[in-house]
Amino acid sequence: MKILVCMKQVPQKDAPLKLNESAAWIREDVSYEVNEPDAYALEEALRQKEKHGGEVVVITSGPPRAQQVLREALAKGADRAIHLEDNAFVGLDALNTARAFAAAIKDEAFDLIFTGLQSDDYGYAQTGVVLAELLGWPHATIIMHIEKSDSEIRVKRELEAGFFQFVDMPLPAVLTIQSGINKLRYATLIGIKQAKNKPLRKVALAEVQSAITGNLQKIERLYVPQKTKNTEFLKGSAGEVAKKLVDKLRNEVRVL
Amino acid sequence: MSDTILVVLEQREGKLNRVSWETLTAGQALAAETGWTLEAAVVGSGVANFANEVAAKKVAKVYAVESPKLEPYTPDAFSSALKQFIESKQPKLVLMPHTYQVRDFIPKLATAMGRTAISDCIAYKKDGGKLLFTRQMFQGKLAADVSFTCDAPWFVTFQNGAFRGDKAEAGASPAPVETVNVQIADGVIRNKPQEVFKEAKQAVDLTQAEIIVSVGRGIKEQKNIELAKQLAEALGGELAASRPICDSGWLPMDRQIGSSGQTVAPKLYLALGISGAIQHIVGMKGARTIIAINKDAEAPIFEISDYAVVGNLFDIVPPLIEEVKKAKAGS
Repeated sequence: MKILVCMKQVPQKDAPLKLNESAAWIREDVSYEVNEPDAYALEEALRQKEKHGGEVVVITSGPPRAQQVLREALAKGADRAIHLEDNAFVGLDALNTARAFAAAIKDEAFDLIFTGLQSDDYGYAQTGVVLAELLGWPHATIIMHIEKSDSEIRVKRELEAGFFQFVDMPLPAVLTIQSGINKLRYATLIGIKQAKNKPLRKVALAEVQSAITGNLQKIERLYVPQKTKNTEFLKGSAGEVAKKLVDKLRNEVRVL
Repeated sequence: MSDTILVVLEQREGKLNRVSWETLTAGQALAAETGWTLEAAVVGSGVANFANEVAAKKVAKVYAVESPKLEPYTPDAFSSALKQFIESKQPKLVLMPHTYQVRDFIPKLATAMGRTAISDCIAYKKDGGKLLFTRQMFQGKLAADVSFTCDAPWFVTFQNGAFRGDKAEAGASPAPVETVNVQIADGVIRNKPQEVFKEAKQAVDLTQAEIIVSVGRGIKEQKNIELAKQLAEALGGELAASRPICDSGWLPMDRQIGSSGQTVAPKLYLALGISGAIQHIVGMKGARTIIAINKDAEAPIFEISDYAVVGNLFDIVPPLIEEVKKAKAGS
C-alpha cells in the first residue's frame, strides 16, 4: 500500500503567541511542533505499512523550519518526504494548499492519502476533503479505525456523542484521521540516523504556481479575543485559595 | 429580486438536529442585518415533515431537497444534491451548523462549486458593506475576522452554541414549502455506509450530573486522577475528562466531554489542568458556573471561567478537598 501523509507544522500548544505588526498573522518567533492529529495520521500509515507492506511518503508545505516535521516522520519510519518549501505556503487557504499538494504528487500513484482531521492553528478541518474533491477520490472524515479488504477498505467514522459508523470505500481514497486512533511511537536512535539518508524532495513555489490562485477568503484581522465573561481570579497561597474557592462554592455557586 | 440567505438544516435519526435551530437563529439575525431574504432547506429522503417543522419559523420559504439516494447520508450524494440546488437558487450566503456531518461534505461542495467555506464561526460582523465572520484560531487563543474574497455563493458553518436555538423566531403563519427533486446519477456515490451504533455501554450519563470535576492533560499521570476523584466525591459530583485523557485509556470514553463526547451544562464545572481547546469547550461552555485551575495564565479556559486560579493543581486540590469536607461537615 502506498500511503501519503499530509503533515503540518504548527506553533507549540503552550507557545505564547503575539500578533505581528499588521495584526494579520502571528509573530513567527515561537517554537513549533507537528500538528497533533497529523502525528496520529502518520502513526496509522506506519501501522498499515507494517501490516500490508508498501511505502509511506510524507508531505508538508511551509518555510525551511517545517522540514523538522518531515525529518521526525522519516525517523519514525516514513520512507521518503516531499517539502513544498516557501514562506508563501503559510498563508495559503485550504483550497490552495490542497491544489499545491495535488500538483506536487501528480506523478505518483497513492492508494491512500491521510491528513489529520484538522490543524491546531487554523482548525478549519478542510484540506483533506478539498484534496479528495480535487483528485476526484472518495473520502471519509474523523476516522478511528481502518481495515483493508482486497481493493476496498472499511473505515470507522466517529460521530458526535459517542456514536460511530463503519463505511466501506473503494481505493484510492482520502481519509482524515482523528486523534486517539492509536498510540504514537517514539523515533528510535537508529531511526533518526537512517532518516538522514532517506530521500527528501524539495518542491519550489514556482513548480506549483500554475495550480494555485489567490485565496478565496482573507483574515482581515487577528486579535486577542474579547472577554465576555467577568472572570474573577482567586489569588493567594494554596490554603488561602482553597478557602476562597469553598467560600464561592457555598455562597455564589450554592453547591455546599 | 433580493439576495437570499439559505440555511441548510440537518436531520438525523428521524429528527432535526437540535443545533440546526441555532443556525436558523443566525440566519434570522443576518437577514435582519442585511435585508436579505431568509430561506431554509432540509436534505434527505422523505423529509417533508422536517420541512413543515421548519416552516413554522420566521422564514420566507422552506425546501425539501429530495432523492432516495440521499438516505443514508454520503458526502457524494449530499454534495451532488446541494450543488444542483444551490446552482438553481443562487443564494448569496449558505449557512450550516458545524456538525461532523457538515464537516464531511461542505469542503467538497464548496470546492466542486469553485468556492470556499469559512468554518466553525462563532459570530459575524458587518464592516462597511462587507460581512466578516469571526472564528477562533490557535485553539481559542486568538480570534480572526475573516472575509470572502470570491463571488457568492459564500459558505459558512457556525460552531455549536454560537447562537441560541431557542431564540429562533416563529413565523406569523407557516412558510410555503416546496419539494425539489434532485437527480443523483449512478456511480456518483462511492461510499457504502453501515448502521450507526454506540460503542460502549454508557455507564454514566454526565448530562444528568449537577457537579462535574473534569481533568485534562495537566493531571500528568494516570495515578493522579485519584486526586480529582476524591474532589468529585467530596463535592458529590461526577468525574469527567477531556479527550486526551480518554485516548490514553486513563478514563473510559463515556467520561469524555467535548465535541466527540458528551455535551453537559451542569450547575458547576470544575476544570483541573484543562487548557480549553475548542473541541472541549463546545462540550461544557453551557455550564452555569465554570471554575478552572491551570498553571498557564494564558490558557483559553480562563476566558470562559467564572472563577480562575492560576496555579499548580497538585498544590491546590488537596487543601480544597479538606475545605470542602469541612464545609460539608457543617463547620
